[in-house]
Amino acid sequence: MTRSRTGTPSDLFAPAPGAAPQHRMIAAQAAMELRIMLRNGEQLLLTMVIPLLLLTGFSVTPVLDLGPGPRVDFLAPGVLALAVLSTAFTGQAIGTGFERRYGVLKRLGATPLPRGGLLAAKTLAVLAVQLVQTVLICATAAALGWRPQADAAGAAYAVLLVLLATACFTALALLMAGTLRAEATLAAANLVYVVLLGLGGVVFPIDRLPQAVQPVVEALPITALAEGLRSVLADGAAPSPWPVVVLAVWAVIGAVLAARLFRWE
Amino acid sequence: METAAVEATDLVKRYGATTAVAGLTFSAARGAVTALLGPNGAGKTSTVETCEGFRRADAGRVRVLGLDPGADSAALKPRVGVMLQSGGVPTGARAGEWLRLVASFHAHPVSPDVLLERLGLLSAAATPFRRLSGGQQQRLSLAAAVVGRPELVFLDEPTAGLDPQARHATWDLIAELRDSGVGVVLTTHYMEEAERLADHVVIIDHGRTVAAGAPSELTDSRQELRFRADADLDTAALGAALPSAARIERRGEGGREPGEGRGRAPRTEYAVTAEACEGVGPELVATVGTWCAANGVSPEGLRVQRRSLEDVFLELTGRDLR
Repeated sequence: MTRSRTGTPSDLFAPAPGAAPQHRMIAAQAAMELRIMLRNGEQLLLTMVIPLLLLTGFSVTPVLDLGPGPRVDFLAPGVLALAVLSTAFTGQAIGTGFERRYGVLKRLGATPLPRGGLLAAKTLAVLAVQLVQTVLICATAAALGWRPQADAAGAAYAVLLVLLATACFTALALLMAGTLRAEATLAAANLVYVVLLGLGGVVFPIDRLPQAVQPVVEALPITALAEGLRSVLADGAAPSPWPVVVLAVWAVIGAVLAARLFRWE
Repeated sequence: METAAVEATDLVKRYGATTAVAGLTFSAARGAVTALLGPNGAGKTSTVETCEGFRRADAGRVRVLGLDPGADSAALKPRVGVMLQSGGVPTGARAGEWLRLVASFHAHPVSPDVLLERLGLLSAAATPFRRLSGGQQQRLSLAAAVVGRPELVFLDEPTAGLDPQARHATWDLIAELRDSGVGVVLTTHYMEEAERLADHVVIIDHGRTVAAGAPSELTDSRQELRFRADADLDTAALGAALPSAARIERRGEGGREPGEGRGRAPRTEYAVTAEACEGVGPELVATVGTWCAANGVSPEGLRVQRRSLEDVFLELTGRDLR
């Protein structure tokens, strides 16, 4: 069947198959994910512009009654939590939903990059964006007079909460993106963002909510993150186990369901 | 002996109540171009995607480079290049950026810049995928399929929607892959593509192999005499004048030759075919000519030709629209 091989001088395509080392694949994929996230205008609005506007707007105007103490002390931890939600949940859900829709996940599945490597790359890109968000939010809050109370243990606890929340939100994002149509994911992820922004103790104190819904709201991952950050950063309180438990339970539920239900195309 | 590039036996793929692939068998040699040719919905993409490991066969057996595309997928992925029918690239990724990413997954990739240049994409390297033309998107997907220097590539409709220049550039690249020893399995519904590019053609219809062989094997033994005449030609009378091994059939509207006057009625294309052994010889031409002269018929464009792959294809798969 094979025709005679004329052979080109360069033999550009002479087969030489082989996978690159795994760390190189993950680094390359993470860099690509990060560039795409930073280039996406709608995502930047959600991840950078809205959190900074909320922080600045409600800090300098007395529209909201945020209790005693400087308003920025209440707002900064909540807005940090919102930033994590926007990148790890909303951005990932929408981005991954459309990647699934456009066959990107399918195509990547045919490359030597393993699925675990893709997940690692996405997580690295999310963490990189969150680092940028944290720096911007903390700098803005500091300019508005924020002086966090946390000691070294409190700071370590805050980092732990953020990492746990990132795992939790990413798992829930993949659950949504891997089961719904891309358009439904777009709508639902934005809706969840807005609802949790209103309910989750981000900018409105949850003790103003009706008594009946408070236990429900306190079991939400966004509330656990916002309140947990607030307790150590604003109040200088000792780290409490409750937010860790809430985030860990949501992370496990999300990861188990996503692993079971995620459809790649 | 080295195993075949692809060996599919009695492959079945169902989607709910629909059977897309219904016991299909074919093989593709290494270092050769194999074309899966069939009408839309024949089961070409389902077959290829089963070989690529995207879908699991409901029955039958597939071996790619001697391995199981499901169980041995990790071992196969670096060795097999894939071009999907469409999409597969993040809409915000730039062309050059995407090709460099796919290259970085491989140990010994082709230089992305060389590949971009070969496929006329250098000027589009900084353009996001969503702003590339359809043809540019196709060529980028082709480039990504071959950048890792695979042993085997699956190309699902690689030239669909391309302009003639891009189509020729793609054909040249596929020929070069074959000459370098890369096995190519492509799907197409362009006869010309299969006829000029493929070493081996597998004609698929309704999820089964209806014919397979080299293009010359599929078309060679089938010579026929073709001409155009009025639509009301008395084929029964002409048929009666022919030797018993030959028969006449209508081949649909012949249309007008370029430059032919619009005032005349369009003519119908006729074909006289003969049983394989003696084929269409001078006697048969003379018989047809004599009958035409006796009956005042002017046979336009009278010629003896090899049947094209398209004739074989239409004969095997029918003329119904799908």
